[in-house]
Amino acid sequence: MNIWKPIAAAALAIPLLAASFAGAEIQLLNVSYDASRELYTEIDAAFADDYKAKTGTAVSVSQSHGGSAKQARAVVDGLKADIIAPALAHDITSIENAGLINAGWQSRLPYNSSPYTSTIIFLVRKGNPKGIKDWNDIVKPGVQALAPNPKTGGGSRWIFLAAWGYAASAPARDLASAEALNESLAAAKNATTFPAYDDAKAKEFVTALYKNIPILDTGARGSAVSFAQKNIGDVLITWENEAWLAQEEYGKDKFEIVYPSVSILAEPPVAIVDKNVDERSTRAAAEAFVNFLYTPKAQDIIAENYYRPRDPAIAKKHAEILPPIKLFTIDEVFGGWPKAQTAFFTDGAVFDQIYQAKK
Amino acid sequence: MSSRPANILPGFGLSFGYASLYMSLLVLIPLAGLGLKTSNLSWDQFRNTITNPHVMAAYKLSFSAALAAALLNGVFGTVIAWTLVRYRFPGRKFFDAIIDLPFAMPTAVAGLTFGDLYGYVPLLARTADAQPWTFEIYGLYGLDVRDWCRVTVMLTFVGLPYVIRSIQPILQDWDMETEQAAMSLGAGPATIMRRLIAPEIWPAWISGVALAFARGVGEYGSIIFIASNIPGLSQIAPQLILDRIYDPIDPEKKIAAATAIAVVMLIVSLIVLLLLNGLDYLSRRHRA
Repeated sequence: MNIWKPIAAAALAIPLLAASFAGAEIQLLNVSYDASRELYTEIDAAFADDYKAKTGTAVSVSQSHGGSAKQARAVVDGLKADIIAPALAHDITSIENAGLINAGWQSRLPYNSSPYTSTIIFLVRKGNPKGIKDWNDIVKPGVQALAPNPKTGGGSRWIFLAAWGYAASAPARDLASAEALNESLAAAKNATTFPAYDDAKAKEFVTALYKNIPILDTGARGSAVSFAQKNIGDVLITWENEAWLAQEEYGKDKFEIVYPSVSILAEPPVAIVDKNVDERSTRAAAEAFVNFLYTPKAQDIIAENYYRPRDPAIAKKHAEILPPIKLFTIDEVFGGWPKAQTAFFTDGAVFDQIYQAKK
Repeated sequence: MSSRPANILPGFGLSFGYASLYMSLLVLIPLAGLGLKTSNLSWDQFRNTITNPHVMAAYKLSFSAALAAALLNGVFGTVIAWTLVRYRFPGRKFFDAIIDLPFAMPTAVAGLTFGDLYGYVPLLARTADAQPWTFEIYGLYGLDVRDWCRVTVMLTFVGLPYVIRSIQPILQDWDMETEQAAMSLGAGPATIMRRLIAPEIWPAWISGVALAFARGVGEYGSIIFIASNIPGLSQIAPQLILDRIYDPIDPEKKIAAATAIAVVMLIVSLIVLLLLNGLDYLSRRHRA
């Protein structure tokens, strides 16, 4: 029994009802994570043009952005999202568990339902005064790093896993080629044990890393603001696209991008919220939207926004801003999100142990 | 119990109906929901949730900073109210008007402004020092000193109007002749303050401090911009509640854990408010 659902639904229905009188055009709501704001602003406009040209129907896509887990929670609590595009698959699982998305959503679209990938890299101050080249430079004494709190963010959990995988010497590949990707998928399928979890060195490393993080903002944007605007810290650990965006926004003369030797393949997924699209009769448009993400046009926009497109031809075209990097996957190294979430981020798990109060 | 005077205007049924509907929708039903959610936990789970070291640290930070801020406002709010009522100076009206600003200003804006403005004050700057500087004092042991100061200053801003607006009307309505009479009978300024003015403003002062405290305990919007959010060190209770809610493994149980933390906050706040009111009651009895 969930008493909040009807209350939240009622509260949200009022503006939606008002909006439905606004015109005959189809309204879609895309609920996504913090860092994808700029990407979806462009995609939504391109999709509206594309859809209008193909079907003659006007469509407008509204966006909602915030901490990934928080956004998923809002949908579970009744936010009438047509499309959910969080930072990680597990947040969709929580919506699936609430009965709003049909099982098997991840195989409905190509590439695990992730139209693009990204990874975790570093942004340092101009000239890289602390000489940060790789993960192990961040745990050195006297270095201050910024990253958000893994409990509330999506990107922040990828950061944690990237650091852990690095310290546990997880097998990493340049996943740009189809063979490497297939190899990685096969390895993930065949993996039965996940030694990374028991790696004492990795735990020590990640503990040292978080000891060097003096402020845990609630999301990737918050950390970027603390780093770039408030001048706190020597290195910002963040999404690849956030690092590029911050450099673009605050000036190349202020910040430098550093690619670590290895990082994690982050696959932000996208799914249609079945129950909501059926209720609102927006399924056709919502499906067109998620399929549009895989078209060359959208893939191009994706690359221009510093995400890694799935389309190899387009990835090649933008190789200058998206250089090859060795990546490991969460499936191969950690056996997927539910396992990683339980081992690292639930109450009392590894992340909490890092901050165990000194007695 | 004094008997109520007979009502001149009719309409008790209607107004009582509205009052109870209003209170139910806005306060009682959500409160019941809080209890309902929390009751998903067994007693052991509840105890484990609230005695978790990070939760205890968050309580310590939230309550101690809110109390310190309320007391600061208690002292300086009284001074400000006194100044505004007793003296005439240029810009008095302006000062009087801006006191309500913390009510009107979105707390997020306040948080951002404070972060930027006082960023150069050593104790308030969020210049990251990876090595936290922690309290060694019992009761605050283990909390970050700088974060505590920042949170307290922020909560002082948020609670500023309460004490001033509580005691200002009393000072305004104060009959100066009483003071003159006291003086003619040989009372010095200290005696007048202690025997005449203090007892008069005391109940309002208590309620102002209590309101400022309650407001501070629940404050979230501004704090997220100035507290470092490190578990066990500089995380306020509302931030911790959010941490708990967003754990996606078992959302229902997580929400129960989050509401458990909130229930304890409510109970502690209630106890503090009762104590403050009790103080007021005792002082009245003492005088009577």
